[in-house]
Amino acid sequence: MAANFSNPVVRWIDHRLPVFTFMHHELHEYPTPKNLSYWWNFGSLAGIALVIMIVTGITLAMHYTPHVDHAFDSVERIMRDVNYGWLIRYIHMNGASFFFIVVYIHIFRGLYFGSYKAPREILWMLGVVILLLMMATAFMGYVLPWGQMSFWGATVITNLFSAIPLAGESIVTWLWGGFSVDNATLNRFFSLHFLLPFVIVGVVVLHIVALHRFGSNNPLGIDVKGPKDQIPFHPYYTIKDAFGLGVFLIFFSAFIFFAPNFLGHPDNYIPANPLVTPAHIVPEWYFLPFYAILRAVPDKLGGVLLMFGAIAVLFILPWLDRSPVRSGQFRPIFKIFFWLLVIDVVVLTWLGAKPAEGWYVIGTQIATVWYFLHFLVILPLLSIFETPKPLPKSISEPVLGAGGGFAGATAAPREKV
Amino acid sequence: MIARLTTTIAAVAVAAGAWSFAVSGPAQAAGPAIEYPQHDWSFSGPFGTFDRGALQRGFQVYKNICSGCHALSYVAYRNLEDLGYNEDEIKAIAAQALVVDGPNDDGEMFERSGIPADRFVSPFPNEKAARAANGGAYPPDLSLIVKARPDGANYLRALLVGYVDPPADFNLMPGMNYNAYFSGHQIAMAQPLWGDDVTFEDGTAATIEQQAEDLTTFLAWAAEPEMEERKRAGVMTILFLLVFTGLLYATKRKIWADVH
Repeated sequence: MAANFSNPVVRWIDHRLPVFTFMHHELHEYPTPKNLSYWWNFGSLAGIALVIMIVTGITLAMHYTPHVDHAFDSVERIMRDVNYGWLIRYIHMNGASFFFIVVYIHIFRGLYFGSYKAPREILWMLGVVILLLMMATAFMGYVLPWGQMSFWGATVITNLFSAIPLAGESIVTWLWGGFSVDNATLNRFFSLHFLLPFVIVGVVVLHIVALHRFGSNNPLGIDVKGPKDQIPFHPYYTIKDAFGLGVFLIFFSAFIFFAPNFLGHPDNYIPANPLVTPAHIVPEWYFLPFYAILRAVPDKLGGVLLMFGAIAVLFILPWLDRSPVRSGQFRPIFKIFFWLLVIDVVVLTWLGAKPAEGWYVIGTQIATVWYFLHFLVILPLLSIFETPKPLPKSISEPVLGAGGGFAGATAAPREKV
Repeated sequence: MIARLTTTIAAVAVAAGAWSFAVSGPAQAAGPAIEYPQHDWSFSGPFGTFDRGALQRGFQVYKNICSGCHALSYVAYRNLEDLGYNEDEIKAIAAQALVVDGPNDDGEMFERSGIPADRFVSPFPNEKAARAANGGAYPPDLSLIVKARPDGANYLRALLVGYVDPPADFNLMPGMNYNAYFSGHQIAMAQPLWGDDVTFEDGTAATIEQQAEDLTTFLAWAAEPEMEERKRAGVMTILFLLVFTGLLYATKRKIWADVH
């Protein structure tokens, strides 16, 4: 059980507090399917992105002032006078976008390879909880610089709660801590923006506990049949994840150093002004698909319910897709619909940035209907009518020609590197 | 394995491209689109730097023309070192400003001449005073103007050279000026540049276009004084990461060589 550590100090501590045994068990010898593709890199990348956000965030909080009269100035002070303040802030700013990119890829990987299916339902649901927490955290973080989009984004989104029947208005006043988005709102958003990342850490720990109960899913979507199918996490996946991190950092750095404001909105460099409404209030890009769904319904309450429904439907996904086959590789029809869903979400993202008028509205409504149709109708029907391809006996012994990656590449999963 | 890695990276790149296309919406969404002439800036591109001559000339334009109405409150006189001025020159520039300081030991506010540590003195004590002096319009602080507008540098340059005669059927409100590139074409600011508004110290001819270009370069610097350092750090970072990631990939291949 206990691992053999050569260092006597480590041995002494481990005998009394078995943290080293625990780490050895979960990070070193932890048996992992040997056929994981690069799509499996995005889980660890998401964890690293979270750490980057917390470290830069704590540093920014040392220089930031959460007050309506000083917030904007303090951010500019960070940009101009704090040593490498511009670097820390641009990492944090773009880090939010990259955190979402990584997590969205991670989610779509799970969708394609059926990672939400038994026995990993709770693992999947915890992931959806993390997504919700991330959204709340990102939204409140965007308010802190107190620019025009900060202020008006906060006003629009908090106002959504006024759609709740009877108590709506009171709830909004309660959220604001006053009768408009003001200093009290900014203060509580700062407080919660500082708190929630640590709540995310907590749920991530649960996510990993649930993951390590049955181990990772894999591109074939079949259970591991024995030690032949597995390799220890270290050094195989530590080095593979490290390489993936390197690639990620190259993309990330390109934005931080050469296009730091590309993903932001110019209006947020105008100090918040409650008397001047921007021509178009748009949320950050990672909210656009949900923003599009919100605006697809002419009724406010209906829009809000549908927007939250778009996430809620993910919670019950394990019970909507009843097909016993996990991996999309062996589901010829599912595969087509998966890519249609990807296109649908990209279209929703695009439409979310457009003004709600003319054909954009109709397009948004069609894309929204398709989103829900996919989860609520197509997946349940596919579980009944689709005939999956034959599954390989085991990871080490795949049936002939049944390989293939996420993007339809025909590399055999056991291909030698 | 390389094939699979390539597909993964390609797929991610395609998705990223689709996303950035989808995301590039907000900039276009604002109002009826007005195309700005695209200028070739000394500071554009991953290796672009601010032309020092343009910066100093632009500062001269700001000081002599714009600073009468527009504040530049996030920039300090000491920052002018970036423009190539030495310490004595900066002290002299700062000393021309009258800074309200205090209260002193008697509880009174007093005026003193500026020092390099002071931020640029604003032309008006507050927004109300600025509006009162400008027919109700508020001349915005220019510290961040290039970052605060989509395609900021090209927009600003276009605006400065965009004062032309309005079309015959255009209904110009009293006290407003026609500008080809301003949203709605009615701008409260009267034409600021006419040509030869300043005499450049380096002898460059002060045409409207030259002054507009130099002023925009100066304000681009004011908005992003860290830009040159940022790009330099970026080149080093990415070069390092390319080598480091290459080594990681080689190591990965070696470690995985025995997995089959």
